[in-house]
Amino acid sequence: MGKILEINGPLVKLELPSTVIGEQVRVGRLGLVGEVIGRDGDTALAQLYEDTAGLRPGEQAEGLGWPLSVELGPGLLGAIFDGVQRPLHAVWEKSGDRMARGVAVPSLPRDRAWRFVPDPARRPGETLAGGDVLGTVQETESIAHRILVPPLARGELLELAPEGEYTLDQAIGRIRLSDGGIDKLYLFHRWPVRTPRPFRRRDHAVQPLITGQRILDTFYPLLKGGKAAIPGPFGAGKTMLQQQIARWCNAEIVIYVGCGERGNELTDVLEFMPELKDPHTGRPLMERTLLVANTSNMPVVAREASVYVGMTLAEYFRDQGYDVVMVADSTSRWAEALREVAGRLGQMPVEEGYPAYLGSRLAAFYERAGRVETLAGGHGSVTLIGAVSPPGGDFSEPVTSHTKEIIQTFWALSKELADARHYPSVDWLESFSGYVPSAAKWWAENVDPDWETARAQALDLLAESEELQRIVNLVGVEALSSEQRWTLEAAGLIKEGLLQQAATDEIDSFASPEKQYALLAALLEIHRQGMKLVKLGAPARRLIQMPLLAQARRWKSQHKSDDLARLRKKIAAIPAEFEELLREYAQSSTR
Amino acid sequence: MKNIEFRTATSAQGGLVVMSGVPGVASGSRVQLRDHAGRVRSGLVIRAADEAVLVEVFEGTDELDLERTWVRFLDEPFKLPVSRDIMGRVFNGAGVPRDGRPPIVSADRRDVNGEPLNPAARAYPREFIQTGISAIDGMNSLTRGQKLPIFSGGGLPHNRVAAQIVRQAKLLGEDAAEFVVVFAAFGASHADARFFQESFEESGVLNKVVMFLNLADEPVIERLLTPRAALTAAEYLAFDLDYHVLVVMTDMTAYAEALREVAVLRGDVPARKGYPGYLYSDLAEIYERAGRIKNRRGSITMIPVLSMPSDDITHPIPDLSGYITEGQIVLGRELANQGVYPPVSVLPSLSRLMKDGIGKNFTREDHPHVASQLFASYAKALEIRGLAAIIGAEELSDADRRYLQFAEAFETRFIGQGEDEDRSVYETLNLAWDLLSTLPPEALIRVSEEELAKYHKWQAGAEAA
Ligand SMILES: Nc1ncnc2c1ncn2[C@@H]1O[C@H](COP(=O)(O)OP(=O)(O)O)[C@@H](O)[C@H]1O
Ligand SMILES: [Mg+2]
Repeated sequence: MGKILEINGPLVKLELPSTVIGEQVRVGRLGLVGEVIGRDGDTALAQLYEDTAGLRPGEQAEGLGWPLSVELGPGLLGAIFDGVQRPLHAVWEKSGDRMARGVAVPSLPRDRAWRFVPDPARRPGETLAGGDVLGTVQETESIAHRILVPPLARGELLELAPEGEYTLDQAIGRIRLSDGGIDKLYLFHRWPVRTPRPFRRRDHAVQPLITGQRILDTFYPLLKGGKAAIPGPFGAGKTMLQQQIARWCNAEIVIYVGCGERGNELTDVLEFMPELKDPHTGRPLMERTLLVANTSNMPVVAREASVYVGMTLAEYFRDQGYDVVMVADSTSRWAEALREVAGRLGQMPVEEGYPAYLGSRLAAFYERAGRVETLAGGHGSVTLIGAVSPPGGDFSEPVTSHTKEIIQTFWALSKELADARHYPSVDWLESFSGYVPSAAKWWAENVDPDWETARAQALDLLAESEELQRIVNLVGVEALSSEQRWTLEAAGLIKEGLLQQAATDEIDSFASPEKQYALLAALLEIHRQGMKLVKLGAPARRLIQMPLLAQARRWKSQHKSDDLARLRKKIAAIPAEFEELLREYAQSSTR
Repeated sequence: MKNIEFRTATSAQGGLVVMSGVPGVASGSRVQLRDHAGRVRSGLVIRAADEAVLVEVFEGTDELDLERTWVRFLDEPFKLPVSRDIMGRVFNGAGVPRDGRPPIVSADRRDVNGEPLNPAARAYPREFIQTGISAIDGMNSLTRGQKLPIFSGGGLPHNRVAAQIVRQAKLLGEDAAEFVVVFAAFGASHADARFFQESFEESGVLNKVVMFLNLADEPVIERLLTPRAALTAAEYLAFDLDYHVLVVMTDMTAYAEALREVAVLRGDVPARKGYPGYLYSDLAEIYERAGRIKNRRGSITMIPVLSMPSDDITHPIPDLSGYITEGQIVLGRELANQGVYPPVSVLPSLSRLMKDGIGKNFTREDHPHVASQLFASYAKALEIRGLAAIIGAEELSDADRRYLQFAEAFETRFIGQGEDEDRSVYETLNLAWDLLSTLPPEALIRVSEEELAKYHKWQAGAEAA
């Protein structure tokens, strides 16, 4: 047992011999929890996850003997946890509307029994290794929770419980370890959050993550197991985009980490997720979702921990063979929490107050994403999507620039687009994706062989129109040739009819890959037909007046993804729309 | 411990006093210092160890004589006594009456720092508040429980706009404002404080207002307490007494500057422009106290006023605020110079909760699309106005000239309105359609074809003169 020597904001100096860095401590009469971040002889420096007001020198302190760990087992899905995995609904019941300090509630419910079905392949006497599947608990209708041997355990299976109802406190098996000791197995185990969970080997990511957002899937794709960042100033749409991904993406599990952001945004997720159906399984979205919340007004130290908690939960489902998506809103708040702690420790700041290890911390964290072959031999993935909140929207600041080096997909949000309410405000020139070749393969095999060409054409058109716009802004549109004016118009059509996608529109909110491609091909076809005419000498002015252009801009919100027949009919009729004009100009050019 | 006076100050400098020989002092506890002249100052324990206790003194350490300073540790954080009697009263930043009337006596005394709301206990704000101001109701609407600041600049009429919102705010279908108001001014001028006081008086709501004033010439460090005391009162009114509380706070910039001043004294590492790295979290502790709670009737709707240093929205104070609040109403100097009141710059303005509080079940079914269309058309119109400035308006096409006229009408008729003009949201939407009717239907793709058929009154060629 040790004692408090000094309290300085969230940092406390303790007299606590023989502790180790990273060890959890419980401090003071309130029993506040924190972790050791420094040692000097018999004194230790700890940061507490809760407000330290009211603590006094001389109050007791004890080391708990383990690092910050999470409980992994049935009861995770549909739950909302704080930054150190306290279950917020249970905490609410126990301590009321406000987060009282020192409340101790187990992360996973102990009073609930789960129906455990042992894996029929398991035999007493066989040798089990970490990550092996003991059996399943059907946690929600769409997700079977696979009960795993803890990653570091290994030994002979002595006994496995028969099918039946078990609480987390009841053993479901016994294993003889290599040193002869006998361990009990439970439906859950613990894992330290700052240690990546082991796997057999890394796999190539191959499948695109379909988000239903056209500018993402069609233009800047992300793969299952990939890493993406969404930088943007406030109000640009980072949160909405992440919520859209959490809603519609074709992952099996979604971990939503609200890191230092608004309380109401989590409430929003908690309210809409149970009501929306997973477009891929038809089940309520909440059944595959899990939230970790450290809102901006909750203690900063737990904010630093929250992203690790989320990542460990993601890896745990990956190890069961699932494709997991983790969205972190916002990684900047995590970096700022890091900066705050570094400042208090008196570490030398290098850029904008951030410590020198910011870049390596970020890289190590993103490195935990990926597609892997699991210990049990299956395949699972963690896709990581981090929002970045650059001060003043300046992408050259440390967190954005370091992150940009690490990730493969960069969805840059633009204030100008957001101000004009062009959402998602993903900037088509500044964004990039290193996954296009892999994605192209999938699109070619599953949607259309011409996907890659069409995508490139559309991007060229957009880039060219940017150039033209610059000219227009200098000398006016009259300076452009008819061809150039038509290019400008077609780019506008792509921006409004394809890239812009309202999350709030019931039909447009999600677009299947088929719908995405159909719209892309249609708008390019309009461009092509028009170009033919312009080359025959038709003035762009005539084309721009065609009612077809206004109509095509509405197609995205008129046709549901699962009902494309009418859309395809309209697309097939595009050449006919141009026929009359074509005849007219073909004649005049032959004359 | 509360009753013992210690005379063991070993140093005093820049607002901080070090005390020795006072073991077991609680961190965050309140302190009273009595100086040689008998003057009482108050402070806060910011670092506690048995050998030395660091106290931050609110009134500063000027003229402190260490040998003749007596210090008492009150063993509790700053607390505000609350009861129904706070209504209609005026306090200073620390909750002491400044209206000459007796202090509030109550056994119910609350820690002004509050405790964070459990996110699971929050209820999502969805009820549309009609402010009667078109630029807000039509395009950046406010909901009950939202925190929506006014980003302004020196000389702009933010006070008048805030006062107009307070006067006119009501839920649809209600006759009069059923809000109570908590008003907090920190670092404000006497004139500003008087302006609000008179405005409340004129609209006859003074007995439903609680005021917390820390004026520009009053202790800086007390400024840090003022919003916290005000929000403690607001929480009591909203969640104990079921009131809908409208909190108006001015000026967040003065608050953040006070925080920076104190941080420098403490030697905290600066992040941007000298502001400490924790400015974000500190502001969040204030802003996030707005909201609704499940199973509670009351609500806290917050309208902080913030003046942007040199009109720069990327300055840390508006920037960090924008990252926390649920949108922002931005006032623009250009509009103000053109004589437009209220000079709301709609494009950089935003209400994040609007999408969930308007439309079919809340205001009118066309509202979301109309708002989106106004944004898109006005953004395009401004682009064309920029172009016209370069190449001359006469070089523009007819279609483009129509946009110029639209921008003009939009600014003067839609954004602009009287300070006493209280427009219903239906008037606002109809006005929007009047303006959109000057643009051809094929240019309006954010509204549906049905809405066009129902509301759009396009006469080809008629408007383009
Ligand atoms: N995809 C979208 N569709 C419709 N509206 C959007 C979309 N993205 C953003 N918005 C609007 O912009 C506002 C701000 O978006 P948000 O995601 O909260 O920004 P950020 O997280 O970057 O600050 C939202 O409240 C919403 O009104
Ligand atoms: Mg956000």
